[in-house]
Amino acid sequence: MTGAQIVVETLIEQGTEVVFGYPGGAVLNLYDELYKSRDRIKHVLSAHEQGAAHAGDGYARATGKVGVVFATSGPGATNLVTGIANAYLDSVPVVFITGNVPCSLIGRDSFQEVDITGVTLPVVKHSYFVKDVTKLADTIREAFQIAKSGRPGPVLIDIPKDVQIADCEFENKEILPELSKPRYNDEQIEKALEMIKAARRPYIFVGGGVIIGEAEKEVAELADKLDAPIGTSMMGLSAIPASSHRKLGMVGMHGIYSSTVVKNKADLVIALGCRFSDRATGNRAAYLKNSKIIHIDVDAAEIDKNIGVDLGIVGDVKEVLAKLLCKIESAKHAEWWCEIDKIKEYERENSAKQEGFSPFKIIEKVNEYTEADTPIATDVGQHQMWVAQHYNFETPKTLITSGGLGTMGFGMGAAIGACVATGKRTVLFTGDGSFGMNLNEMATAVSQNLPLVVVLMNNGVLGMVRQWQTMFYQKHYSETTLERKTDYVKLTEAFGGKGFLVDNIDDLDAALKVAFNTDGPTLIDCRIDCDERVLPMIPAGGTVNDLVIN
Amino acid sequence: MKKFIISMLVSNHFGVLTRISSMFGRRGFNIDSLVVGETEDKRYSRMTITMTGQDQNRDQIIKQLEKLHDVHVVKEMVPESIVSRELILIKVQTNSETRREIMDAVNIFRNTIIDFTPTSLCILVTGESGKLDAFIELMKPYGILELCRTGTVSLDRGTTTIKD
Repeated sequence: MTGAQIVVETLIEQGTEVVFGYPGGAVLNLYDELYKSRDRIKHVLSAHEQGAAHAGDGYARATGKVGVVFATSGPGATNLVTGIANAYLDSVPVVFITGNVPCSLIGRDSFQEVDITGVTLPVVKHSYFVKDVTKLADTIREAFQIAKSGRPGPVLIDIPKDVQIADCEFENKEILPELSKPRYNDEQIEKALEMIKAARRPYIFVGGGVIIGEAEKEVAELADKLDAPIGTSMMGLSAIPASSHRKLGMVGMHGIYSSTVVKNKADLVIALGCRFSDRATGNRAAYLKNSKIIHIDVDAAEIDKNIGVDLGIVGDVKEVLAKLLCKIESAKHAEWWCEIDKIKEYERENSAKQEGFSPFKIIEKVNEYTEADTPIATDVGQHQMWVAQHYNFETPKTLITSGGLGTMGFGMGAAIGACVATGKRTVLFTGDGSFGMNLNEMATAVSQNLPLVVVLMNNGVLGMVRQWQTMFYQKHYSETTLERKTDYVKLTEAFGGKGFLVDNIDDLDAALKVAFNTDGPTLIDCRIDCDERVLPMIPAGGTVNDLVIN
Repeated sequence: MKKFIISMLVSNHFGVLTRISSMFGRRGFNIDSLVVGETEDKRYSRMTITMTGQDQNRDQIIKQLEKLHDVHVVKEMVPESIVSRELILIKVQTNSETRREIMDAVNIFRNTIIDFTPTSLCILVTGESGKLDAFIELMKPYGILELCRTGTVSLDRGTTTIKD
C-alpha cells in the first residue's frame, strides 16, 4: 500500500467519516486516495484552509469525536495555524494532516515549503514529521490517541510527498486505549468531603471540561445534593440546562450579575474542568479571597496555575464526582438561597432595559425557532457575549464558540463543521466584523447545501472594540467604524443562498420562518444600533466591585 | 528566587529539545543551563535543566513538562541527595613568568592541563558550579583567551535513579 492509501485506511480504521480540507500539490496523492475511497469517507471542500480548520474544530466540539483536516504544504499549512491555535486553547481534539515537499527538497526553501511542525510548535498538543512510511500508520493511530486522551487537543502530522508515494505493508489494528492520566488519591477525596460538609454557602463552577468529560449528570446531582447554585465559564455554558433553577449563568468579564456576585459570596467554590482564565477571574490577586476552592481537573498543570486553590484533585471529572457523590450527604441551605434570591431580585430591577430591536430580543426570537439540541455557533465579539448571556442552552455541546483564542472568523467554518457533524439545522450568530473575516465559507455551505441559518448582528462597527473605546478611550473610535456598503442580502444570494434584511422583530420572525424551512443556507441581516453595549461588564483586571451593571 | 535542578528522560529523536526548550520560553521561565545526551538505552536521552524561580514556578514547569508526549520521567534533583558536576575548558594566556603560578593553581584545584603551547594552556576543570566560578576568577588576571562551559549534570546518590 502507498503512504497515501495508508493515511486513508488508518483514518477509516480510526472511525473518521468526514475530512475537511483543501487540496494542493503536496497532498495530490492523498486526494487521489480520497477520490478512490469516496464511498467510504466524505470530504468537505472549504473555501480557505482556515475555514476547514474551524470546521474540523466545530465538528469535534459538536460531537466529542476527533475532527480531521487536510491541507497542502506551505500556505495551505500556514492557513491552518489560527485554526490549530483555536483548537489548542479550547482543548478540542482535531488531527491536522499536511503534505510537505519530498524529503529530498526539505530544508532548501523549496516551492511551498514551510516547516509547519516548527511554526505550530507552541499551539499543538503534539506533532509529527513522518519521514518513514513504515511508521505512518502507527503515527496516525497515536495522533488520534493523544488528541482525545485526558485533556484533548490538536495534533499535527506533516507528511512529505515521497512518504505518501512510498510503499509499505498495512494491516488494521485495534484502536489504542486512552493514555493513562495522573490521578487523585483517597486522601484528597476525604478532604473534599470534609470541606463540602463544612460549607454553608457552596457554589459549583462549571468549565468546558465538564462537557468534554461528559459529566453533566454528575454535576447536576452534586448541585442537588449540596443544594448549591451553579455558575459556568463560557466554555461550560451548555453543560447545565438554562431551565435548571440552580443555574445562575456565566461568570466573568461579561458574566451574569447574580452568578458573579453569588460566586463572590460563597464560602466554598467547587470548580470543575475549568482553567480560571483571566476573562473568567478578572483580578487574580483579589479572586475568591473569602472562599475555599476545590479544583477538579484532568490536567494536573491547571491546578494552581492561575489561581492558588485549597484542594486540587487531578482526575477525570466524571469519575471523581461519582466517587464523591456516593459519600456526600444531602444538605439544605435555605439562608443561602434566600440571599441568592435577593441578589437575583436586585439584578432584575437594575439590569439595563431592553428597548427597540435589541440583541437580546433577536436572540429570544431565534430561541423560539431552535430546538433543545440545535447547534449554536458564534463568532467573536459583542454578539458572542449576548448569546452567551441570553440564549437558553439546554443540551451539552450545543454552544460552538471560540473561547480561549477569541477568533473572529471562527463562526462560518465552525457552524459548517457542526452542521455536517450533527446533520441538524445549525444557527450561527455573527457580527458584521467577524462575518467579514471568513464569509467566503458561505460558498461551502451552499455547495454542501447545509441547513445553516446565519443571524448577522449588523451594527456597522466593530462593536466590542468600540465599546472599550466608549468606556476607556474617550470615544476615540479609531478604525472601528466600518463604513462598508456591503449588501448582505445580495452577497448571500450571489453565493447561492437566501438573504433577508430586517430591522424589527416582526420581520425577523417572518424571515426566521422561511429560514427554518429552507434546505440550504440563509442569512438574516439584523440591523442593530451601534451603541448597544455588552453589560454587565467587569473591566479587564477588575473585581466584582468594579462591575458595571447598567 | 531559588535554583532548581530538573532531570528528565526524554525520547531520543529530533525535535524533542526544541519542544522542551520552547515550552520554557513560552511559559516565561528562564533556563540557566541545559544539558542533553543519549543514555545507556538508546531510546532515551537524559536532560538536565537548571532554572531559577519560585517554588510555584518549579511545580508548574514540572507539570507542564510531564504533559509533553516526548517526556517520560521528570524529577526534581534535591541538592542534599545528589551529586552534580559541571565542566569547563578554559584557555589561558601564559609566558615563562606566569606559567608556574597557573600550573600551581591547576594542581591545587585538581584540574588537568589538556593542551600546552609556549603561549597558552588549555585547562579542563570539573566540579560543582562554585569551584568553576572560583577558578575562572583566579585566571582572569592572566588573560582568558576563551572559555567553554557545560551546564550541570547530576545523578542521585546511592542506588536511587531517576525512575524511583
